[in-house]
Amino acid sequence: MTTAELRQQRGTLPNPDVGTYEAVNRDVLKVLSRPGKGWWILFGMAATGVAVFLGSWFWQIYKGIGVSGLNAPVGWGVYITTFVFWVGIAHSGTLISAILFLFRAPWRQAIYRASEAMTVFAVMTAGLFPLIHVGRVWHAYWLIPYPNSRFLWPNFRSPLVWDVFAITTYFTVSAVFFYLGTIPDLAAARDQARGLRKKFYQIISLGWRGTDREWHHFSKAYIYLAALATPLVLSVHSVVSWDFAMAIVPGWHTTIFAPYFVAGAIFSGVGLVITLAVPMRKFFGLEDYLTVKHFEAMAKLCLLTSSIVLYAYLTEYFLAWYSGEPPERGSFWNRVFGHYWWANWIMLTCNGFVPLMLWFKRVRRSIAALFVISIFINIGMWFERFVIIVTSLSHEYEPWAWGLYRPSVVEMGILLGSFAWFGFWFLLFTRLLPPVAIAEMKEVVPPPMRGSEEAAT
Amino acid sequence: MIPAKRRQGHRGFFALFEHLDSTIDACKALRAAGHKGFRAYAPLPEHHLLEEGLALKHSPVRVFTLAGAMTGAATGFAFTTWTSMDWPLVTGGKPIFSIPAYVVIAFECAILFGALSTVIGLFINAGLPNLRRMVAYHPECSNGSFGVYVTAPAARADTVKEILEGFKPAELREDPEGFDV
Repeated sequence: MTTAELRQQRGTLPNPDVGTYEAVNRDVLKVLSRPGKGWWILFGMAATGVAVFLGSWFWQIYKGIGVSGLNAPVGWGVYITTFVFWVGIAHSGTLISAILFLFRAPWRQAIYRASEAMTVFAVMTAGLFPLIHVGRVWHAYWLIPYPNSRFLWPNFRSPLVWDVFAITTYFTVSAVFFYLGTIPDLAAARDQARGLRKKFYQIISLGWRGTDREWHHFSKAYIYLAALATPLVLSVHSVVSWDFAMAIVPGWHTTIFAPYFVAGAIFSGVGLVITLAVPMRKFFGLEDYLTVKHFEAMAKLCLLTSSIVLYAYLTEYFLAWYSGEPPERGSFWNRVFGHYWWANWIMLTCNGFVPLMLWFKRVRRSIAALFVISIFINIGMWFERFVIIVTSLSHEYEPWAWGLYRPSVVEMGILLGSFAWFGFWFLLFTRLLPPVAIAEMKEVVPPPMRGSEEAAT
Repeated sequence: MIPAKRRQGHRGFFALFEHLDSTIDACKALRAAGHKGFRAYAPLPEHHLLEEGLALKHSPVRVFTLAGAMTGAATGFAFTTWTSMDWPLVTGGKPIFSIPAYVVIAFECAILFGALSTVIGLFINAGLPNLRRMVAYHPECSNGSFGVYVTAPAARADTVKEILEGFKPAELREDPEGFDV
């Protein structure tokens, strides 16, 4: 949409209360200059949580992987569940920044910086979990594809090796995309800051001046990066799903997994964007930027992806029955009525039933209601991965090989600590980088024209 | 920081505009008068300014993207194929050259190389990181105003000044020795 068209439809602008370019700079850069008391309390909590996280991990490194509840037959537990959870969280950031950019959705501008930061930090969190899970973390470099001492290369037919490529690429590309997008805004911060902060922004803004030459190539490069990130985001969670789907385990070995995981990933990610955007809006005074319209649009995304996920659950049940395979049927019967029935019902309630409330416009437009629903989504999506991973492994083919898994205290410490680790980075982000994309916000603000001022007076 | 590059026998003018249309018209007028060595500054990627005002066309960044992505795909395929051929070992009854499996690696490499080479293309074409001293610049250009900087030979400097003044800039700065921007 061109700015001229936007001017004509002033009433339909996503941010009708943001009137001028100067207002965008003032409101967004204000966030960087004011570390409130609440921020320090949250930051302290996050730092404590990171200490719990590192403490639990070091204990596991010292004592060995035996301190976790992992054992035959359930060799993948909370760590892999949390890995998939955080990778999934990452996806909505790229969806909002890249896919909605290509679709020219004008409501993405205000929200995309925060969600993209969330992507980068979520991948940073997810990336730790394979290292935690393998136990002997000092051998983590074995993940890098290089030949061993007998010149044997890794097996590229293994989905776990694909996963290394997918996650590494995803982290690199989303970090680059995120940083590139912030450069013009860092320049805006630089032009306003003083002292040490100015030096900091001077260095990381790379001497950006906003010249025609810079903007011309920048906006083109941004389109190509978005065009590359779009198939990437769809591929990453497909590859993660193939970690399971390629294995001949009842409950895993299905072709539905890739689209089902991608929809679930976007669902959980948009859920976390809502969870983070609600307090950001309130504490940083960004009410004019993150408006009810934005939340309503995200609620619709949640509703769509929740429907896809619920449909996938029902398809799985139907196909398990229809396959006529006793192990497949047994696996799904065990999910719903077996030892882990509660996990399955938490999943169905939080992901399938609670979001049905979003069919009502009043709920979609109520920020408090959305905040509560988004917490349900976060919980439900963690349990979805738990159900898929743990119940399937605990109930494979031979009844004498069935077994149960119970997460240990160390695993719970690492799980909770991972949220603190994520929050730690996110809190630093809100202090150091403009949390709303300044330059892109100006695209949805009417530009200053000679005629507009005469008309106004 | 590197000192800014000066242009011998040239004068420089920095005009700060409050309005987008004035900036576009000033750029058009400068181009009509045959000036080429000027830069427009904007706080946002303003397509009217870039396309109408400055008539900028395709950016060579796309060539970098394509070349990077193709190199990545070729590298991914070549790497997986070569390592499997290097020590042919059948695993899981799959062929030594397993195309569907290698497509995944080739795809991820295509994206990775494509994205990184897009960034390199941007940095080369846009001249980033720009380590020269920020002389021909105004901090308002990242806030709410637009700017035009013209470097003109001394003989034509007065006409440039006249053109810029015609569009009522909020501020007009003159450098006795123009900078190369």
